[in-house]
Amino acid sequence: MEKQVVDGLREVFQSGRSRPLQYRKQQLRALHRLITEHQADIEQSLKQDLNRNTYNTSLFELIGIESDIKLAESDLADWAGPRHVKKNLNIASDDVYIKPEPLGVVLIIGPWNYPWATVLQPLIGAIAAGNAAVVKPSELSEHSARLMNELLPLYLDKEMYQVVTGGVPETQELLKQRFDHIFYTGNSTVGKLVMEAAARHLTPVTLELGGKSPCYIDKNCDIAVACRRITWGKFANCGQTCIAPDYILCEPSVQDRIVKEIQKTLQEFYQEDPKSSPDYCRIINTRHFDRVLALMNECTIALGGESDRSQCYIAPTVLKDVLPHFKIMQEEIFGPLLPIVTVNGLSEAINFINTREKPLALYVFSSDKTVIKRMLTETTSGGVTVNDVLMHYTVNTLPFGGVGNSGMGAYHGRHTFDQLSHHRSCLIKSFAMESLNDARYPPLTAARLSKAKFFMQHHLCSCSGVCVWAVIATILAIGLLVGLIVVLIQKTPV
Amino acid sequence: MSSPPSPSPTRWFKALRRTRIEDVCLKSGAAACAEVLKRARAAFRAGRTAQDSFRLAQLEALVRMLMEHECDFVDALGRDLHKPRFETVMSELMTVKSEALHTISNLKKWMEVQRIERSWATAFDECLVVNEPLGVVLIIGNWTSPLQLCLVPLVGAIAAGNCVIISPSETCTHTAELLHRLIPAYLDNECFHSVVAAAHEIPEMIDLKFDHVFFFGDKENGIKVAQAAARTLARVTLVLSGKNPCYVDSQCDINTTARRITWARFHNAGQSAVAPDYILCHVDAKDNLLQALRCALLQFYGTDPRESRSFGRMVNEEIFNKAKDQLWRSGKVFIGGQVNDMERYIAPTVLTEVVESDPIMQQDVFGPILPILTVQDAEEAVAFINSREKPLCVYAYSSNDKAISKIMNETSSGSFCLNDSVLQSVMVGMPFGGVGASGMGSYHGRYSFDAFSHKKSCLLRTTRIECMAYLRYPPYEDRNLSLVSLASSLNLRSQGWCTIL
Repeated sequence: MEKQVVDGLREVFQSGRSRPLQYRKQQLRALHRLITEHQADIEQSLKQDLNRNTYNTSLFELIGIESDIKLAESDLADWAGPRHVKKNLNIASDDVYIKPEPLGVVLIIGPWNYPWATVLQPLIGAIAAGNAAVVKPSELSEHSARLMNELLPLYLDKEMYQVVTGGVPETQELLKQRFDHIFYTGNSTVGKLVMEAAARHLTPVTLELGGKSPCYIDKNCDIAVACRRITWGKFANCGQTCIAPDYILCEPSVQDRIVKEIQKTLQEFYQEDPKSSPDYCRIINTRHFDRVLALMNECTIALGGESDRSQCYIAPTVLKDVLPHFKIMQEEIFGPLLPIVTVNGLSEAINFINTREKPLALYVFSSDKTVIKRMLTETTSGGVTVNDVLMHYTVNTLPFGGVGNSGMGAYHGRHTFDQLSHHRSCLIKSFAMESLNDARYPPLTAARLSKAKFFMQHHLCSCSGVCVWAVIATILAIGLLVGLIVVLIQKTPV
Repeated sequence: MSSPPSPSPTRWFKALRRTRIEDVCLKSGAAACAEVLKRARAAFRAGRTAQDSFRLAQLEALVRMLMEHECDFVDALGRDLHKPRFETVMSELMTVKSEALHTISNLKKWMEVQRIERSWATAFDECLVVNEPLGVVLIIGNWTSPLQLCLVPLVGAIAAGNCVIISPSETCTHTAELLHRLIPAYLDNECFHSVVAAAHEIPEMIDLKFDHVFFFGDKENGIKVAQAAARTLARVTLVLSGKNPCYVDSQCDINTTARRITWARFHNAGQSAVAPDYILCHVDAKDNLLQALRCALLQFYGTDPRESRSFGRMVNEEIFNKAKDQLWRSGKVFIGGQVNDMERYIAPTVLTEVVESDPIMQQDVFGPILPILTVQDAEEAVAFINSREKPLCVYAYSSNDKAISKIMNETSSGSFCLNDSVLQSVMVGMPFGGVGASGMGSYHGRYSFDAFSHKKSCLLRTTRIECMAYLRYPPYEDRNLSLVSLASSLNLRSQGWCTIL
């Protein structure tokens, strides 16, 4: 069945239906209508999947999707047009440019934590770039998957964009097929399997994976504000966010203050009992609930720790004096547990981060510019937000993606379009100037070599473009001057 | 006649030095690689490659290496591929030097932090993209252009601040040995290493964990490289050879076309991944094209190309036998066809009456053989090209706008060149790479720098404007949501509604 789907899509793609920009814009507008007309249904599906509040759904998913659609619609002509390359003397008479082209059939595999944004944002790029697409939403967020399966064919051209639902067997079957690009959001273990399956067909991949995103709180910063922002970012969606601050690094002297501030903030956000707050989510299922709960085992609970398996509820929890070898520090938490690891200063924090896998996000809170500079230059991560959390995800002019174990490739805004296009180099020459080519033809004599080297030297000078303009400008200036003098002489009364 | 010279110590030492490449590396490729990888990682972690001054010094040293040892490179490539001096200097040394000098003059600019344009919505924030090195890069070269395909990516990897391990192709033994000897003499000994490994050892090497793998080669090995890279989540750039089609229209300058195709197809004795692999010739142009090709060949290589100093030889027995086999079992020989086993020489050959099922149309051609197929028009050419895998290059020779537009817009390939061949693959300003079965990723100039960098997005916020952020915090209220939605709809560019947040 999966093979039929992919073959069908490829045939329709090859008919050229998605090449005209008009068609692509039409599909994007239809997608926009889907989001606006069914906003309530989407919010309902997320409430059923994750107990997600409607506000959070808009904030974290719908606004981002709408923003990307509007950008794609307004800028598509610019993105899809040929991109001219700087010419130099050697090829002044030629035309040289890069032409973005669609790849073909793209597979988008979504996760369960933000099932709409992580599937529709890549889909927007796929549509804009002129590809056909197969969308495979996660079966764990089953209400969202069901709704997506229902709605997408009602709005989009179902011969170019199809939804395939199901679990692991269906995904494995899909991965056996040949795609022209696979876009996967999820964890590193499955990420490797996706990449290996893709490698069999030489399919390029974009992997948005996870990891442990560190959050360093410097002793010189507004700790109250820092803790509010961290609390917001960590416990929204019950900690199930790939770029949530996974753990805190701070000096021992500020640990207690941090715990106090977080406690204050939690009270403000979720009141006395987060379990009864309409704004606090749940863990996706019991398997993950058990996994997250087990991570607390060796730790000292500073705040929270309550749980209720029947509701998959885990209270917002802060753990203090966590040691590097604890289980909680060996895997991505993806839950509402916030461990604090103490370090003696910035250098130790940097060292700690660098001995681990490259994370998807890194956070640093400080009012000291040198601290920020050191963190930025001496560590690496997919992205960074300074003095806040999560927010670099929202700026769609910034490429969002991982590095190393946290993934490869990037997207959002124009970057999705670029990621899902092939950038074909085009050199357009004329038949003229053939005598210049004599230099490269056999018989290969020393004289020809010198001539060829001469032309290559001009090729080597990257400021030759400026020289050409300088020469032209000088000639024009002299011409104008001469013209002016002639006019003045003529006007001079005899 | 004097008596044979006694074995002096000097001669004895010289004889020892002229050992085979396998003896130079006493350990296997993977074992040697593990050792140097450890050193390269330590050097990278110590921050040796961070400064632009270090990277510039290495690039300048590379240029010096090429200039000071031009004769040695010419000699090595002459022995490996019977490459004429002209070709070595032009297509190998000058290409790398050009790349290095372009990079040297632009490096500071490329390394600069990119500031993302601030809109009113992000007025209080700073949005930056920072270019970071990836770590340790593995570059696997190829025998068709043993210097260029190793050193051009090396330039980009050095510029981006990585440590690098290069693996020059063992098929070109003299070139590999020369590089193996020269690299430590010119480049930093902790950051840059050379390891020679056989094709089957490469997946094992990749399993040692690199941050990026660059591979130029055939599809079968490309798949193995991609699978090995997947196991450690290493990024890859794959440039894979295939069959590059070349369409010749009835409306074109046939003499210039023939000369340009002849140059492209027969330089390096046809051992090139970017040369036109086969011609799809318009039925009306066929006879003229054949005559023009004959003229061009005569002009370039004389009546007996075997005597010409401008014509190369097959690199080894395996490639020679394969090319011979393709020649004898495909179509009809129109020009050339002579072979000489001892010299591994195959004359520049043009085949006609070739059909799709012939061996030469089923496999990549690495030899001076040019098959010509006939098509009725550009439409038939497009259908033929699209029935096969996406190639590295598509070429077309025509002055008819409609035909040009058809070939360009209705096919897909890594790159495209109109009215010439090969040049688009060596230009510093253009990305060169494949798509689909011809690979992924691209390189050259700035694109190499980007390929071997991680672009880290940074958003720098202030903690002073906390009052604005309250809208996003729980407890959630409908009033807040309306405000946020309004703000985001007002922002036409939709660059970031994060100021409100």
